[in-house]
Amino acid sequence: MAEELKLLGAWASPFSLRIELALKLKGIKYQYIEEDLSNKSPLLLKSNPVHKKIPVLIHNGKPIAESLVILEYIDETWKNNPLLPENPYDRAIARFWAKFVDEKILQIAVKFRLAKEKEKEQIIQELGEQLQFLEKELEGKEFFGGESIGYVDVVAYFIVNWLQVQQEVRQIVFISEEKFPVLCKWMGKLHEIDVVNGCLPPKDKHYAYMRAQIEAAKSAIK
Amino acid sequence: MANEVILLDFWPSPFGMRVRIALAEKGVKYEYRDEDLRNKSPLLLQMNPIHKKIPVLIHNGRPVCESLVAVQYVDEAWNDKSPLLPSDPYQRAQARFWADFVDKKIYDIGKKTWATKGEELEAAKKEFIDALKLLEVELGNKPYFGGETIGYVDVVLIPFYCWFYAYETCGNFSIEPECPVLIAWAKRCMQKESISESLPDQQKVYEFVLMMRKNLGIE
Repeated sequence: MAEELKLLGAWASPFSLRIELALKLKGIKYQYIEEDLSNKSPLLLKSNPVHKKIPVLIHNGKPIAESLVILEYIDETWKNNPLLPENPYDRAIARFWAKFVDEKILQIAVKFRLAKEKEKEQIIQELGEQLQFLEKELEGKEFFGGESIGYVDVVAYFIVNWLQVQQEVRQIVFISEEKFPVLCKWMGKLHEIDVVNGCLPPKDKHYAYMRAQIEAAKSAIK
Repeated sequence: MANEVILLDFWPSPFGMRVRIALAEKGVKYEYRDEDLRNKSPLLLQMNPIHKKIPVLIHNGRPVCESLVAVQYVDEAWNDKSPLLPSDPYQRAQARFWADFVDKKIYDIGKKTWATKGEELEAAKKEFIDALKLLEVELGNKPYFGGETIGYVDVVLIPFYCWFYAYETCGNFSIEPECPVLIAWAKRCMQKESISESLPDQQKVYEFVLMMRKNLGIE
């Protein structure tokens, strides 16, 4: 049966990139469609009328929106290389941590971007506290998924990568090896895996984009 | 095998109500413990050290936090009856999407209907009704979001129904004329024991909201 799989995404979005990684880990062929978020396509507006956001996965014409929902759909439809564990309790733990990454880590990082100078120190501390929870959860494991890459790894990788790129562009430390040896080692390991690092945006392009975002935020705050 | 289930909860919490309903649907016997959120128990702080929030479901000593995570856990751990999520992956994705929509919209916007005034209140009321109308379209002419029987989205959304009276009275608006299909759905849900026994009386919720408004200095 001819399967038609389209992913509407944006090259710099961690939400879009996590879907690409999941599809690649399972060896699933798909057509990637880059969306211009300042000029959303009719297909995107039709496929996600409620939020009008990427990523959207369209499988045989049927759209699925919200990255965590899409990840579970992919895992349930293509059962090879499972992302979520089988046991209900372990699945609950994985879902808890995915939500934690998106709500705590990402939200604080976004707060930083829009913060006034004097608030930044406080926010970095807040971020550090939340990252400590993540560090502790990973202790003693190869990956969040255990011996192999799992749901939380796929969700967290691009968010932590975003923090690491921000670090380099802003010359501020969010996630030092000294304070977060486990997380940094985990990122190092993932960076070495072709199918994973192959999903990252080209470095120069990504850095330029981040710089532009930072400048835009600065002008907005003034 | 001993099956010890404890729910750390707070009686007016719509998030806690979701887990109560899920457990009731599955016929699970559990111990309900009401927390004083100004004086959280050592057990709550131990079982949810990251967020320190209710609800926390404790199954044989192991905690599950976050209401949507807990409801899915209940569905999967007691999978012998009353499935809350459908079996088809695409339908499951739709159910999860709408549960996420309820989480993003209903609580925060609903709060604005009793915690804000003036222009902010008017904007919140409009946004709230718009969100409910989208849910009405999703419901269509099915008896429940889950189809013929209660499903995941029903469990996730219905707790807010006991807060509607507080929203309407504080915000000075009426939901039923705008969303008759949704109110009909809510009344249908309240016919089910698993739901009616899990939701507090709307008058009690209203009095609780009045107390919160006073504490927040809203008049």
